[in-house]
Amino acid sequence: MATGIDTLISPAMEEAKGKWGEPRRSPPIALSDIRKWAIATYWPETPPPIYWDEAYAANTRWGGIIAPQDFNPFAWPVKRIAPQAQIQPAGGQRLTGINGGQTDTYGAPQRPGDVISARNRLQDFNEREGRFGLMLYMFSETEWTNQTGDFVRRRISTSIRY
Amino acid sequence: MTVKVYFEDVSVGDEMPNWSRQTNFMHWNRYAAVNDEFVPFHMDDEDGRKAGNQQGAFGMGNLRYAYLVNALRDWIGDEAEVREIGCQYRAINQKNDTLSVVGKVVEKDVVDGENRIKLTTNVMNQNGEATCPGHAVVVLPNRPG
Repeated sequence: MATGIDTLISPAMEEAKGKWGEPRRSPPIALSDIRKWAIATYWPETPPPIYWDEAYAANTRWGGIIAPQDFNPFAWPVKRIAPQAQIQPAGGQRLTGINGGQTDTYGAPQRPGDVISARNRLQDFNEREGRFGLMLYMFSETEWTNQTGDFVRRRISTSIRY
Repeated sequence: MTVKVYFEDVSVGDEMPNWSRQTNFMHWNRYAAVNDEFVPFHMDDEDGRKAGNQQGAFGMGNLRYAYLVNALRDWIGDEAEVREIGCQYRAINQKNDTLSVVGKVVEKDVVDGENRIKLTTNVMNQNGEATCPGHAVVVLPNRPG
């Protein structure tokens, strides 16, 4: 919780607002990662065969296995992004952060072998007094494309810090 | 090939079939494992209380989002498309909550050649609390012939 501080908006946030960061690329999407993702998110039910059964998926309009829409190809990076490399509010790493929500628009599905490129920017932010004192709302935009340049996903996410 | 619902079969006011899960560490830990989401307040009761939740550890917003995705996919089948999903995380997913995804059709239009259905959506807990209000847009195939 932010105490003894007038604003959570930092100069780094003001500087970064609206500017796209360096793009990053996922490792190639593995069939097994899609299967595990589907099992985890459908647990304890059996996930649909479009996510794990190649013979079944071959006869759909997709012609093969696709990933669930929410599949994250950037999970498990070998090199972690250091917290100090991220855009921090005033009060930085001492603050609690929670996920406020998101709006996603989808294009091409993710498939095994795809390499997803992502770019991100801090779109906007505001702060107000809330249940946990001064609360900061940060809105980020992330855009994904695949290796052939097809649009895959745009996410506008809300991060709440207090 | 699985078509579960055609554009012609959907009307404004229709509701999605109910989709629900009871959630606890068995679900959260599996999700943490695939999404690499090992956040202390999702894993440890004391850290959950430090983050302001007196009942302890709580579930991931991203997992509730996955439930929205899965409920939509189970309703529309493999031949349809999910074009958009939006949601806000308004209430906490407590241990052993039973979460139910609900959705109601509010618009039906052909846009840019796509048969689009817009729904208001939510994830309700067993106490009737709306934990995750939002919306979704899906694209449905035409009925053959």
